Amino acid sequence: MWDELQLLFVWAPVINIQLILEGIFVGAIFALSAYGLALVWGVMNIKNLAQGDFVIAGGYMAFWLNSLGLPLPLILPIVLVSMFFYGWLVYLLVIRRILDQDMFVSLLATFGLSLLMQQVINRIFGPEVQTVDMQLPVFDAFDNMVTIPSSKLIALGLAAIIAIAVVLFMKKSRTGQAIRATAQDPRAARVLGINIDRVYAFTFAFNSALCGAAGVLVSIIFVIQPFYGITYSMGSFAIVTAAGLGNLPAVIISAFGIGLFTKYCGFFESALEYAAPVAVLITVLLWRQITMSRNRQAVR
Amino acid sequence: MTNAIITVNNVSKSFGGVNANVDIDMQVESGSITGIIGPNGCGKTTLFNSIVGYHPIDNGSIKFEGQEISKLRVGEIARLGMLRTFQQTRIYPKMDCVDNMQISISHRLDSKSSIFASRRGEIRDRAEHLLEFVGLYSKRNLISGDLSFGQQKLLELAMALMNEPKALLLDEPTAGINPTLINGLIDRLRRANEDLGITLCVIEHNMRVIMNLASHIYCLSNGYMLANGKPTDLQNDQRVIDAYLGGH
Amino acid sequence: MTTNINLPIYATLAVIGILGPIFFPAYTLSIAFLWVMVIMASTWDALGGQMGYNSLGNITFFGIGMYVSAIVQVSFFYEGGVGEYTSAMGSIKPEFTDAEYFIGLFLGILAAGIVGLVISILFSSFMFGLRGPYFAIGSLGLAIAAAEITITIDYVGGPSGILMPLFPGDIEFRSTFFYSICFLLAIASHILLRWLFSTQFGLAANAIRDDEDKAEAMGIQTLSYKRISWGIAAFFMGCTGAVVGNMIGFIDKEVAYPIPTFGIFMVAAALLGGKGTLWGPVLGAIIFHIIKDAAWTLLLGFQWIVLGIILIVNIVYFQQGIMGWLQVKFPERFGIVIDTSTTLVDSQRGDDAR
Repeated sequence: MWDELQLLFVWAPVINIQLILEGIFVGAIFALSAYGLALVWGVMNIKNLAQGDFVIAGGYMAFWLNSLGLPLPLILPIVLVSMFFYGWLVYLLVIRRILDQDMFVSLLATFGLSLLMQQVINRIFGPEVQTVDMQLPVFDAFDNMVTIPSSKLIALGLAAIIAIAVVLFMKKSRTGQAIRATAQDPRAARVLGINIDRVYAFTFAFNSALCGAAGVLVSIIFVIQPFYGITYSMGSFAIVTAAGLGNLPAVIISAFGIGLFTKYCGFFESALEYAAPVAVLITVLLWRQITMSRNRQAVR
Repeated sequence: MTNAIITVNNVSKSFGGVNANVDIDMQVESGSITGIIGPNGCGKTTLFNSIVGYHPIDNGSIKFEGQEISKLRVGEIARLGMLRTFQQTRIYPKMDCVDNMQISISHRLDSKSSIFASRRGEIRDRAEHLLEFVGLYSKRNLISGDLSFGQQKLLELAMALMNEPKALLLDEPTAGINPTLINGLIDRLRRANEDLGITLCVIEHNMRVIMNLASHIYCLSNGYMLANGKPTDLQNDQRVIDAYLGGH
Repeated sequence: MTTNINLPIYATLAVIGILGPIFFPAYTLSIAFLWVMVIMASTWDALGGQMGYNSLGNITFFGIGMYVSAIVQVSFFYEGGVGEYTSAMGSIKPEFTDAEYFIGLFLGILAAGIVGLVISILFSSFMFGLRGPYFAIGSLGLAIAAAEITITIDYVGGPSGILMPLFPGDIEFRSTFFYSICFLLAIASHILLRWLFSTQFGLAANAIRDDEDKAEAMGIQTLSYKRISWGIAAFFMGCTGAVVGNMIGFIDKEVAYPIPTFGIFMVAAALLGGKGTLWGPVLGAIIFHIIKDAAWTLLLGFQWIVLGIILIVNIVYFQQGIMGWLQVKFPERFGIVIDTSTTLVDSQRGDDAR
């Protein structure tokens, strides 16, 4: 611990730059996945515990397409579209049946879905850790102390583009407006002629595509493994709990915060990188409880 | 008033920019029936919620039997002996009526042994007696969620009485109740007050009911305490009439 | 339910429990895990089904109990303590006399339960300030955190785990011995829960499930009730963890914190049987265990996928469970009275109390 601290602040402060950059990369992925979680939660009141597994599924899809020799500009749209249809299918088979049920049913059903997806991926691709090598140049800075693969910069740029596209879509398009109307009052939306079922299906499929995009980025800049999904789920839940539903700037700030925290934890003890999002989640829940109890309320 | 059981002093509460209660002063005399009236949205239910601890108040003090309760939580206030019923009736919908009653016994003196007490005997007798009192005896074994809204309202009242509170705050007890039953309900409330010695504080829109029932009435308007006095005084108070007829 | 239904159920369970291992000795440990599932599902139900606090993290206490019993069993009669034992990576094999082993085991199981109970009480104020989805996710987070913290503690072997003390006696006696403990624990938990939910406690639990705000407004000390339910679950999960750890003989993170397996199986079993009922979790645990074992033998390789599908189908299409379904089908058998005389006319004449 002391050694690492010395390394960070005395011997090689530039390592901080590396960690901060890595944290921003992780944060961008968390932000996409958390935004999707908040969207589904807010619109149809489904808490999707399989969120991280959708990310991993997207990652494996990219991994498979890459092994076929496809370039990134083709991989991303293919993953987006196929994850969209996968999400639609999951909605029809599972989510649609649990819409009116109490919240635990949705948690448990999506947890079951998470297990199933892990196992299927494990069955197809095996339990090994994988990554997609785009064979892009790597930049060095500060006497090789900081390395920035250009794939990560591309990924960050893509994340920003996707985020902006999503925001514009939600604000400007008819479908986006229908989704926001349904989130506020499903009954009123139905009276105004919005097909609620389609809006729900679209929202879930949209979330799935968003996760798929995040997964592509994960597979390019980090590693994927069939059982890594839960980390992203926990991180997304922490972000949404801290930022609230439908507050995009707060989601982005929390996402970068959790990304940085994860990376710094990983620097001190590599085993902690996996546990960090869970620790953040528990801390956020504790903090929310203290603020709520000042209002004589419980966290619900 | 000398013998106040609930004393509300200078209480304010706002939600965002809306001043729901401003500098409210109110006293409920022990053993009395006190009414609160006012147009919709004037802050009656907010005042109730402040008294029983649903949200923090911005300033002021609320005392129950001389004890400051504005910082306590709902359960603690209930265990001091002050209960409220809800405007939207709340019962335990998947349990039958007798079970609803049996779990509503007073928890003021709860000890570890009463948690594990048997369900039979005296508690059950009292539960059935009170169900009889509100006229639900024949429905005692039904799942309470299957009862009609009015019946649920009566069940909620019976549950509150089962608890033997010192003070009971009723939020629109006659709303949604068949007009022919209202007289019976007034009668029961009065008997609960006289025979069981429970202080009642009632929010009510039905003027006939509240004028019949209460001995002292407070009138709220736009979050302010507009007037208070005996029912006959208020009936002739020009400010009250204005408030109800849309003065502002 | 009335006693005339209970008697045959008890008789059947006793037959399975006593004659099962005698006639099918090869399946003794499998039936032992059946009782483990029964304990898990019924104690989960005490909080999840009866009170509506759906925990996804009861498995935390299972793992903690496993490690606690390992520490107690090893260090009670072995001078060097657990630290030395684990760092030696199994090269030290302390010899225990029979008496030492069994006393250590007994104390280990007891300590596991008590530590579980204490930890549940320590965390209860935090956990029960959370409602609904936050409680479920928070408890899941607790389990994951416990697992991750455990592997960073070198004292208990870190990621490489602990080898449990060797059982003195032949393998058949070993199976029968651990089987009996599981069976007895299942009986004990059942008797405790059966009594508990026949008292005022059961009503309060259901009241909290139906409308916690109302229960609080009526002055019920909701936190005490929740603590008791969770504490019972924690105690039994701790004891069970201790027994299972010894039964398997080796513990590490995967064995001690099986979040994706037992952690979710117990919930699925309780749902399958029907949550919030006395027999539902027991029935569900038995059926689930049989399906699980069948999937393992018949569909090896695809067993996890099959289980995942069963889980989702169970939750999505059959969430009221077997007991819930029976209650709707034959309400009078369960003492539920349906008022057929008035419900028809009630809607027409409006609200009426007489």
